[in-house]
Amino acid sequence: MNGNGSGQPNLDRVGRLALGVGVAALILCALEWRANPTQFFRSYLLGYMLWLAVALGSFGIVMLHHQVNGKWGYLLRRPLEAAAQTVWTLMVWLFIPFFFGLPRLYSWAQPATVAGEALPPFKSAYLSVPFWVGRTIGYFAAWVIFIYLLNRWSWRQDEQGDDDRRWLGKMKKLSAAGLVLYGFTVTFAVVDWIMSLEPQFFSTIYGMIYIVLPALAAMALATIVVRLLARYDPVSNVITPLDFNDFGNLLLVFVMLWAYLSFDQFLIIWAGNLQDEIPWYTSRAAGGWGAVALVLVLFHFAVPFVLLLSRDVKRRMTALSAVAALLLVMTWVDLFWLIVPAFHPAVPSLHWMDIVAPIGIGGLWVWRFTSQLKQRPFLPLHDPRFEGVYGHGE
Amino acid sequence: MARKRPLYGLMAEFETPEQLLAAVRRTREAGYREIDAFSPFPIENLGEAIGFHRTRLPVLVFIGGLLGCSGGFFLQWWPNVIGFPINVGGKPWNSWPAFIPITFELTILCAALTTFFGMLALNGLPTPYHPVFNVERFEVCSRDRFFLVIKARDRRYDVVTTREFLEGLNPSRVMEVES
Repeated sequence: MNGNGSGQPNLDRVGRLALGVGVAALILCALEWRANPTQFFRSYLLGYMLWLAVALGSFGIVMLHHQVNGKWGYLLRRPLEAAAQTVWTLMVWLFIPFFFGLPRLYSWAQPATVAGEALPPFKSAYLSVPFWVGRTIGYFAAWVIFIYLLNRWSWRQDEQGDDDRRWLGKMKKLSAAGLVLYGFTVTFAVVDWIMSLEPQFFSTIYGMIYIVLPALAAMALATIVVRLLARYDPVSNVITPLDFNDFGNLLLVFVMLWAYLSFDQFLIIWAGNLQDEIPWYTSRAAGGWGAVALVLVLFHFAVPFVLLLSRDVKRRMTALSAVAALLLVMTWVDLFWLIVPAFHPAVPSLHWMDIVAPIGIGGLWVWRFTSQLKQRPFLPLHDPRFEGVYGHGE
Repeated sequence: MARKRPLYGLMAEFETPEQLLAAVRRTREAGYREIDAFSPFPIENLGEAIGFHRTRLPVLVFIGGLLGCSGGFFLQWWPNVIGFPINVGGKPWNSWPAFIPITFELTILCAALTTFFGMLALNGLPTPYHPVFNVERFEVCSRDRFFLVIKARDRRYDVVTTREFLEGLNPSRVMEVES
């Protein structure tokens, strides 16, 4: 598409740069750990959940594509697979610090507070530290097994070439089971890791919001990555504005689904007006946090929604990538709005680590992502379905 | 001998979609604009080759959606705030979150209806009479033949030269279409 089809992207250089930025940012945060450990864990949680969202969302979309096929998925497949792999090559290890900071983050992990706040018996039993740690290990074990197998079979598919449909069938079956498992594990994980920051609050839609939010973030990131790869072989040979139209439609779907679920939760809790639930919104929808909420309504829904309706935006790679970048930034704002009011319910409080920690984890993440992306061709040339769509690859 | 009615245009028949597509492209290159193509199934890129421009339908649908959205909101806002206010659980008269589901649904409904009827209207449907059916041979268009029509109202249309041009495209036959 873009003329310069001969060269190859210098992923090594991008990776090294990201690694440098990430390590520098994390060292800054680690220094602050000693002075202000509580704030460190709060900001670290924000950064961690942001990049876990991108990784998990990629995992989900890969499985979705194995189920429903569709031309849109072949260009996205390699970036999404590389992003999903970061769950076990990076995110598992980055979770370890949380085990040293549970009482600083979660009131239920402080024995005195549990008695003081008088959680219902089930909640205080469910939110016990050993059980929580056990569940966390369980979520990661499930994700790692599924992502590892999907990735391994995808490699086999590449190695064994064209006529072998065996790996395709295996990936399809695993994805069907994986999507069901994904729904459960992500719901429980986000309840454990974010919702339990305010243990009085509960909402059954909460898990679904955090299923859509990663899908949106992953789709946005993959769109940007494909737009960058579209300058080089072999993506430049096959990509057309129609592909970006598909990406734009998928982004539109996820934006609408996010808005739908987020508003549903608000409507039900607003209408019910019960004392266990409503404080979650009275802090988030009024005053300074209300302004943040308004930013979300405008820039996580209204503006991208209207832009993504337009075919002109969807078919122009750069315009669509700009919308995708906006959605990625808004994912951070959304997580900021979900997490931080638990610590500062009255007024918004932005600590510098709330920005530096996501950059630090993001740097490491991009480093792992690029090194995984460059190991394989940018297109699944040996997927039998791909050949059906694009003819025989080179 | 009854005088022939003025021609609607000239019609060329092709055996394959590729031939039709190539013929359409050459016809456009030759400067003809009032052309149309007929096929038993959709052919990729044929619309672009004929020179279909963007339609106004998306704009109409957007307006339809906006009307549904504002109308749906007003439908609830007016009775609850002005017409017949009732105190529900101590909530304010203008309890807008409760109005959103219906507003959303009416947005979709009006946008969908505008899409359907707007598409029909912009296509000029229903069309009870179309001159191409005056050509007896045209019935195979719903089976396995592909047709290109150059309309007589085209600026460059001329009974003799246009016919020669069409025959130069190697069709299986060229026919006159009575209006």
